[in-house]
Amino acid sequence: MRLQYPSNIKIVSVPCTGKIDLIYLLKSFEKGADGVYVLGCIEGECRFGTGNLRARKRVTQAQKILDSIGIGGDRVQMYNLSSSEGPRFAEFAAEMTNKIRELGPNPIKRFREKLAA
Amino acid sequence: MSVKTPSRLEKILDSGQLAVTSECGPPRGSDPEAITKKAKMIRNYVDAINITDNQTSVTRLCSLAACIHLKLMGIEPTLQMVVRDRNRIALQSDILGAASFDIHNILCLSGDHQKFGDCPQGQNVFDIDSMQLIQTVRHMRDEGKFLGGDDIQRPPQMFVGAAANPFADPFEIRVPRLAKKVAAGAEFIQTQCIYNLDKFELWMKQARDRGLHEKIYILAGVTPFKSVGMAKYMKNRVPGMDVPDDVVKRMAGVPKEKQPEEGIAICVETIQRLKECEGVRGFHIMAIEWEEKVPEIVERSGLYPRPRD
Amino acid sequence: MIIAEKKPIEEVIEMVKDFRKILIVGCNECVTVCEAGGKREVAVLASSLRMYFMNQGKDTQIDEVTLERQCDREYLEEIRNRIEQYDVVISLACGVGVQFLAETYSRFPVYPGVNTCFMGVTEERGVWSERCQGCGQCILGSTGGICPISRCAKRLLNGPCGGSTKGKCEISKDLDCAWQLIIDRLKELDRLDEYEQIAPIKDWSTERAGGPRRVVREDVRQ
Repeated sequence: MRLQYPSNIKIVSVPCTGKIDLIYLLKSFEKGADGVYVLGCIEGECRFGTGNLRARKRVTQAQKILDSIGIGGDRVQMYNLSSSEGPRFAEFAAEMTNKIRELGPNPIKRFREKLAA
Repeated sequence: MSVKTPSRLEKILDSGQLAVTSECGPPRGSDPEAITKKAKMIRNYVDAINITDNQTSVTRLCSLAACIHLKLMGIEPTLQMVVRDRNRIALQSDILGAASFDIHNILCLSGDHQKFGDCPQGQNVFDIDSMQLIQTVRHMRDEGKFLGGDDIQRPPQMFVGAAANPFADPFEIRVPRLAKKVAAGAEFIQTQCIYNLDKFELWMKQARDRGLHEKIYILAGVTPFKSVGMAKYMKNRVPGMDVPDDVVKRMAGVPKEKQPEEGIAICVETIQRLKECEGVRGFHIMAIEWEEKVPEIVERSGLYPRPRD
Repeated sequence: MIIAEKKPIEEVIEMVKDFRKILIVGCNECVTVCEAGGKREVAVLASSLRMYFMNQGKDTQIDEVTLERQCDREYLEEIRNRIEQYDVVISLACGVGVQFLAETYSRFPVYPGVNTCFMGVTEERGVWSERCQGCGQCILGSTGGICPISRCAKRLLNGPCGGSTKGKCEISKDLDCAWQLIIDRLKELDRLDEYEQIAPIKDWSTERAGGPRRVVREDVRQ
C-alpha cells in the first residue's frame, strides 16, 4: 500500500495517545507548528482502556486555550482509526493539511521571524 | 396546655374549638392596600392571618410592617420569621418591635434558600436555625431575657409556632422532628400543604402514639389548586411537596374552566376528612394569591362562623 | 486539602498584559493535587501566555517555578535571589499562598492565577467537594461525622429542613442532603435516638464572624 500523504507532516510516535499531555500540544504550537492532530485508536478499543479518551479531553483543553489566546482552537484535532486503516491515515493527513492551509500559518511565527530579523 | 399569652389564636385553641388561620403574602411594593384589601376579604372567616416573610426568597414588603397594618385594622396577625436573612441581633430586635405593637403570634421558620428568589447571589445568615429561634422566643418570653442574658423591659408575649412538613424526607424522623420542636418550646404547628391524606394520617398517628398531639396544637395546612397546571407544578417543582397522582388526575379530569371549582372541592373535602383526625386542632388555609376563596372554603367546610370575643 | 480552580486564561491575561517579565509560581501542595496550580498547570499557563504575547507581537519573558509550599516562609525564600529580575509574579497557589508570597515580597505585584474554592476532598479525579468551613469548634462528634455547617445549604444544626427530598437538598438534585446523611449514619451507628437532642445555639465567634483568626501555641512557639 504505497499511499501518498502530505510531506509536511512530522510524525511523533507515542506508545498510546494517553501519553500525550496538554503541555505537549501547547509546546508544539509555541515552537511554531501550524497544526497538530492526534491519531488515536478507535474509541472503546484502547489497549489500555481509556488512553484515547483522555487524549480527546486534552485535545479539547488545548482547543479551548488556543481559542482564548487567539491562535485558534481548530488547529488541533483528534482522529481515531485502527492500525489496519492505511487509507484513512492518508485521508486524515490530507484533511488536516487542507484545514491548516485554510487557516494559514501559526500567527506567532510572524513574531519569531521579526525577532530573528 | 394552658393559656400563656394574650393571643386570641391560643385562646381559641385552648377552648377546644377548631381554629382557622390563613395567610397573605405581602406585595412587591410599598402599597399597604395590597395587604389590607386581602385582609378585609378574609378577616371574618379566620382567627389569625400569617404574613409570610419574603417567601421563596423573593424580596417583598417586610412581614413585620404588614403585621402592623393588620394589627391597626384590629386583625390578629401571625408574624412569620425566617432565620435566613437576620442574625440573632436582628431577630431579637424584630421580635421586640413586633411585641411593641402587641403582635402575639410568631411562626419560626428556616426560610427557603435564597437560590430560589430574586437575589440568588446574596449572602445568607443562618446564625441560628428554626429550632433555636423557637427556643429564643420562648427564652425572651418566659425568662424575660435576651440571648445575651440581660433583662428585657416588657418581654414579648408571643404564642410560638413552627412549621412541620409530614411529607419531607426522611419520613422516619418526621415525628421525632416534631417532638424536637415541642421540646424546643413550640406551642402550635402549621403543616405543609396536605394532599396525601393517608401519609398525613399516618404521621398524625405516630405523633399521637408519642402523645405529641396533647403537647402541641396542630393546624393542618391546605392549599386549593387553581388549575391542573398548579397541581403539577406543586408536585414536581416545590421541594418537600407530596401531591399524589390521583389528585393531579382528578384536576386533569375536569375541563379547564371547572378546575378552580374542583380545586376548592378537593380542599373542602380534605378539611372535612381531617376534622375527624384526632390531634388536628384547626386548619391553616394557604390560598396563594386566591384569598377571595377563603370565605367559601371556610363556610363549605362548616368552620363558619368563627368564635367572637 | 484546599480546593482551587484555574482562573480563565482571559482573566489572567487581563491582569498581566502590560508586564514584560513574568514569573509564574506554582505550589506543590493542595493545588497540585486538585490540578489547579501545580507544576503542570504552571507549564500550561506559561506556554499559553508566551504564545499570547508572541501573537500580540510583544517580547515577554515568562519563567516558571514551583515551590514545595507557598504558605511557609522557608520555601518562599527559595526565590529571593531570582525574583528581582521580574516585574510581576503570578501565583497559582491558593489565596493563602498568594498572600504570603505578596507579603514576603511586598515590592512585587502578585496576581492570583486560581480561584480558591473550599476545603474539601477528591471524590474522584476531576470531582472535588466541600467538607469543612473551619468554624473553629468542631461538632462532628455529635453529627455522626458529617458536617452540617459545610454540607447543609442552610448550615442547620437541627435539620433537615422541609426541603429535603429523596436524600437530596432543595437547592440541587446533585447535592446530598447533609441531614439525610447524618440520619443514615446515626442509624448505622445505632445512635438515632441522639437525633432528638437539640443542638444549642452555636458560638460563631471562632468562625469568620469573630474576625480574622489566629492560633498561638506557646508550647511549640520559638
